[in-house]
Amino acid sequence: MGKMAHAHSDDSYYVPHGTKWPIIGSIGLTTAAAGFSNYLNGHNAGFTVMFGGLLIITYMMYRWFGQVIQESEDGYYNDQVDVSFRMGMGWFIFSEVMFFAAFFGALFYARALSLPWLLGEGDGVLTNIYLWPLFDEGWPSNGPADLGGDFQTIPAWGLPAINTLVLLASGVTVTFAHWALKKDNRKGLIAWLTATIILGYFFVYLQATEYLHAYNDLNLTMESGIYGSTFFMLTGFHGFHVTMGATMLLVILVRAIKGHFTSQKHFAFEGVAWYWHFVDVVWLGLFIFVYWI
Amino acid sequence: MSEAVAHDIHDDHGHGPEKGLMRWVYTTNHKDIGTLYLLFSLAMFIFGGAMAMIIRAELFQPGMQLVDPHFFNQMTTMHALIMVFGAVMPAFVGLANWLIPMMIGAPDMALPRMNNWSFWILPFAFALMSATLFMEGGAPAAGWTMYAPLVLQTGDAFPFLIFAIHLLGISSVMGAINIIATIMNMRAPGMTLMKMPLFVWTWFITAYLLIAVMPVFAGAVTMLLTDKFFGTAFFSAAGGGDPVLYQHIFWFFGHPEVYIMILPAFGIISAIIPTFARKPLFGYSSMVYATASIAFLSFVVWAHHMFTVGMPLAGELFFMYATMMIAVPTGVKIFNWVSTMWKGAMTFETPMLFALAFVVLFTIGGFSGLMLAITPVDFQYHDTYFVVAHFHYVLVTGAVYSIIAAAYYWMPKWTGHMYNETAGKIHFWWSTISVNVLFFPQHFLGLAGMPRRIPDYSVQFADWNMVSSIGGFAFGLAQIYFCWIVYKTIKGGEKATDQVWEGATGLEFENLPSPVPYHSFTTAPQIR
Ligand code: HEM
Ligand SMILES: [Cu+2]
Repeated sequence: MGKMAHAHSDDSYYVPHGTKWPIIGSIGLTTAAAGFSNYLNGHNAGFTVMFGGLLIITYMMYRWFGQVIQESEDGYYNDQVDVSFRMGMGWFIFSEVMFFAAFFGALFYARALSLPWLLGEGDGVLTNIYLWPLFDEGWPSNGPADLGGDFQTIPAWGLPAINTLVLLASGVTVTFAHWALKKDNRKGLIAWLTATIILGYFFVYLQATEYLHAYNDLNLTMESGIYGSTFFMLTGFHGFHVTMGATMLLVILVRAIKGHFTSQKHFAFEGVAWYWHFVDVVWLGLFIFVYWI
Repeated sequence: MSEAVAHDIHDDHGHGPEKGLMRWVYTTNHKDIGTLYLLFSLAMFIFGGAMAMIIRAELFQPGMQLVDPHFFNQMTTMHALIMVFGAVMPAFVGLANWLIPMMIGAPDMALPRMNNWSFWILPFAFALMSATLFMEGGAPAAGWTMYAPLVLQTGDAFPFLIFAIHLLGISSVMGAINIIATIMNMRAPGMTLMKMPLFVWTWFITAYLLIAVMPVFAGAVTMLLTDKFFGTAFFSAAGGGDPVLYQHIFWFFGHPEVYIMILPAFGIISAIIPTFARKPLFGYSSMVYATASIAFLSFVVWAHHMFTVGMPLAGELFFMYATMMIAVPTGVKIFNWVSTMWKGAMTFETPMLFALAFVVLFTIGGFSGLMLAITPVDFQYHDTYFVVAHFHYVLVTGAVYSIIAAAYYWMPKWTGHMYNETAGKIHFWWSTISVNVLFFPQHFLGLAGMPRRIPDYSVQFADWNMVSSIGGFAFGLAQIYFCWIVYKTIKGGEKATDQVWEGATGLEFENLPSPVPYHSFTTAPQIR
């Protein structure tokens, strides 16, 4: 049987002993899911229950991340732990990409295949003639049944273009913040981070006004057939992610003000910056495929 | 006790487990979490198995005997969901937890707290899902594939189903991220990629599949949710959507998902056969490449589940050829296993028996898969019992057999006790005879035209259904016997040696005692 050799035991990997946050997180998630389900099934009390669940989740995240931040500040994490975190964040972002891919896939499928078939292309001729004889409008479409009634779309070169600039600018400012951090320029870091966060929330604000405009003036709603479905689900999930990203940046800002991070070690900052670039790239996809072409 | 043994070959200076129930709730130890996963999986296996017994009891004779059709449909749906997401996947994750750190010489998983959460989401998700059995409108009954628009008719169960799936997705993705980070970042110095045991390799690739497709599945069910409650029209032709779109998204997830359930099995078989053939695995690197190609191809074959929905001809052809191509790397694997045994000094302990049965019976499932892959003939087979026979050969005598083999193979390492070999052999022959009585006749039924997912059938199908049901009850009983064997092995039994099996290789057998101490490889082993 093999004999052991001892390598780098002074620099061992940090394995925490016991944690109660996961089980609390599970309770929170389940409470929120059960509450929301009940609400959807027509029991209004479910909404309150869901809210309770969300509070539990928020509390759990606050404490769990708080603990990790504390351990990080106390120097428990060596370089190897740092790499684990990087991989975790990287692959998490990849999973998010695949989540959006499902909705982009639905958009492409509807535009390139199912709508043309309904219009009689390929072997859909008789479908069109017998089932939807009067249907002849291509994208943007709410389908042969004209679900939700006539609607107008939001032109790409108005608000969406401004939003593109806002997000792209925020991608630049977060990079400036990173450069400042690497040069140990705390003031610069805080200033550029603040700018990024403001741009982020400003984006969300503009999206909200766009939604109001769509609902109030354009009759473009979730119920506007496949156009409304893909439009609101894609931009909605994206907006949600921007909100989360901006909130994460806010946490980073608070930590920066508290004096966390060094010019060498600041994975939390980088992880959030990656996430921010990810929502940026998703937006470019949205701008091109949802608004523009 | 384990500490004393541990000092023989390993200076364990870590803490032991905590006392009491909370040990299991708060634990960050990969072995504890592995055990939790495995026991949970066994429980779900019995739960889902009970539903299968109801299905086979109703199908014992033509006509309606025991349950009403709606409940029957709830049983087929819940049986599949529970077996796929509750039994097979968690069993593999449990094995990954137990084995990967030991096989690569790591002290634990890379992200131990998240590891705890990956597990502890599962019982809650299944509580949500199972609670639907008691709701207005019953449990989901539209099949595990949840095709729109049928599934939109589900009663109160509907949102619970969707959110349970979201939770399962979160759990799987976190588990997969953890496995990737562990393998990429925690290998002992000298454990190069091409030295890793194949179980580690297959799980590594499986983890990528999981991260890539579980979010897509979450997206698909989210669209179902908004179609039902928020007025979207993803799957409604009236609004310009398409019910077939759901099937595309589902199977983009669904086909890689079936490989998620078989790649780790390949890894297990690749560990067991060399041990009992007392020869190194034949064609190690080709196994790695074959696994990678199967994983890659699994992304471009999904529409073989949809040959009859009316795809354009080019699509039918593409998906037919792409599907058949998967048989090539799969064949490489079978060839390598057989070559490993060629002129080996073989013995036939229980894990080896299950592994051998895997090779033979999984291949039968692969062949029926090839038949199904031929588009024109699938027009006849689709949605018949032939498909049911196919996927039970690959999943029960494939995935589940590999899990049972793994349990027999590594249990002595985990518990320090040998299982009772005679009992193991009885379990093997009892299972293997009954499983074939159960599923082989379903090929005949399918070819003769019996549709799947029906509670009643025409009398011409009566004979083989009765045979199949008898096999089913026998197989079910055999697994209760298995639970008993597991229980006895945990409780006691002959003491296992450190190497456990004469021909066993790998860090867990060569560098660690049996049972393994609570913390292993807190300092990295030397890899030769
Ligand atoms: C040689 C490899 C394989 C080929 C060519 C193949 C082919 C197919 C085809 C064409 C179908 C669709 C049949 C129909 O609905 O008409 C199918 C169904 C299925 N296969 Fe396979 N398969 C293979 C391996 C596997 C493996 C390894 C698994 C899982 C471990 C698996 C699990 C399934 C399942 C679960 C279904 C049925 C899904 C459902 O409709 O509920 N297959 N297979
Ligand atoms: Cu498939």
